[in-house]
Amino acid sequence: MTQEVLNQTILPLLYMAAAAGFILAIKWMNSPATARRGVIVGEIGMLLAVVGTLLRFEVVNYQWILIAFFVGSAIGVPIAYIMPMTAVPQRTAFSHACGALASALIGTAEYYKSFSDGKELSTVVMIALVLETLLGFLTCTASLMAFGKLQEILPQRPITYKGQNFVNLGIFGAAAVIGIALIVSPGQMWLFPIFAALALIFGVLLIIPIGGADMPTVIALLNSYAGLSASAMGFALNNQLLIVAGALDGSSGFILSIIMCRAMNRSFTNVLFGAFGQLQVSAAKTEARPVRSASPEDAAQILDAARTVVVIPGYGMAVAQAQHKLREMFDLLTKRGVNVEFAIHPVAGRMPGHMNVLLAEADVPYDKLREMDDINPEMPMADVALIIGANDVVNPAAETDPKSPIAGMPIIQAYKAHTVMVIKRSMNPGFAGIDNDLYYMPNTLMLFGDAKSFVSSIVKELAAVGKAA
Amino acid sequence: MNYEFGLWVFMLSAFLGFQLIRGVSPLLHTPLMSLTNAISAIAVVGAILITGAKDAPTLSLVLGFTAVLLATLNVVSGYLITDRMLKMFKKREPGKK
Repeated sequence: MTQEVLNQTILPLLYMAAAAGFILAIKWMNSPATARRGVIVGEIGMLLAVVGTLLRFEVVNYQWILIAFFVGSAIGVPIAYIMPMTAVPQRTAFSHACGALASALIGTAEYYKSFSDGKELSTVVMIALVLETLLGFLTCTASLMAFGKLQEILPQRPITYKGQNFVNLGIFGAAAVIGIALIVSPGQMWLFPIFAALALIFGVLLIIPIGGADMPTVIALLNSYAGLSASAMGFALNNQLLIVAGALDGSSGFILSIIMCRAMNRSFTNVLFGAFGQLQVSAAKTEARPVRSASPEDAAQILDAARTVVVIPGYGMAVAQAQHKLREMFDLLTKRGVNVEFAIHPVAGRMPGHMNVLLAEADVPYDKLREMDDINPEMPMADVALIIGANDVVNPAAETDPKSPIAGMPIIQAYKAHTVMVIKRSMNPGFAGIDNDLYYMPNTLMLFGDAKSFVSSIVKELAAVGKAA
Repeated sequence: MNYEFGLWVFMLSAFLGFQLIRGVSPLLHTPLMSLTNAISAIAVVGAILITGAKDAPTLSLVLGFTAVLLATLNVVSGYLITDRMLKMFKKREPGKK
């Protein structure tokens, strides 16, 4: 009987405390000063949830649970410590896949277990189970595909074929129809594997046509789905904690993907079904126009003479791992009285906030990392805008050419700076396949080369000038 | 199952989530995503209930075990990496130069 009392009085309180922990964890993420405290309350929340569940009287067999805890931690801990910061987007995608699969497997187990228990599945529970497994399975394969693209196991360019949207819609429609059939008559057990398979296939098809540049939106969306799947599980298991935690996660991912879409001036449907990132027809009209290029020495001199330098990093910086060299440059210039700031576009990189993490890793103080809307009014005052591995996010065509595929996308107004310097491997157009007028402006200098080695040449020059002076 | 109550909880939490996330600066969007990812592994609760149940059938046991493992992996690596990232966000230290 004491078990009964425990189950009904104390354990729900543990769950409530856990939910409060998660809410505080997210709340404290609003500032770097409190964020680490947020992680701690989040961890405590999870611990309370796990303990509160282990103590429930329904849970009698611990051996498998403990083995799974052990193996999961044995894999998870090294991943967290060994993984380089540049791999954060991949890890996040992989982690979404794990969480979503866990949720889908539980839904599957619940479904089959009800038959061996001889319990009737009510319509409400069935709706919850169908949503849980649908979202879980599709998020799992979609996240794995995203992982493959980010890890460059799979091609980053979108893969498209004729009638793609029809095929996708057809598969999703079929999954929906079978899902409804299962809700109406849960006893049709043979339908369930077909349903699961369709959800898995749909996840793969969903990501195939999406290009690398759209990954920030997609990862955020998958984050949202994983949360919603957990929330649906809460309905199936009649567990409020799952509903709360899943809803927090679902709304978080959803908001982030909206922010990403706005930062590209595109709609959800356009990101998911538009197959952006293909070489646009307009790229054909590109003619060879003259550009001015400069050497590391020239660049170092110009930077040294400047009062304000705005660095605009993009995915190219991450690929070249140029952030540490960039910080050395930042230190040298700062020492010589140059004000150096970093302008971060919301969709720069492969996931929301990607650039901030890399620059923070390189020890750039975070008060020097500025948001687009914050720094744009100051761009006309900047002596130098130094663009490293960014392209579309500084393309003035977004503001001037209404026919451009990126028309209306908010950009960092690098073109307003007195001098624009662009570190770039070659004149190839960027991910969206759009030519960038910025490169042909009279006050633009192209610095051709690998981002990391070019910045390190600049650093050498600056250091040499510093010694001579 | 009182699904109406569940929907109320869901609706209110979703709005709370929207409000909380709007307050997060883009500076921390990556750690935020990593944190919410770890929180979504709350699915571990369901996994424990399935795996630890009395006389769980083999299928439940296999699926439940896998789910506990995956969710644990997600929780552990999610929290640790979030903390590792956050440790890197520093203001300029006065004595450094």
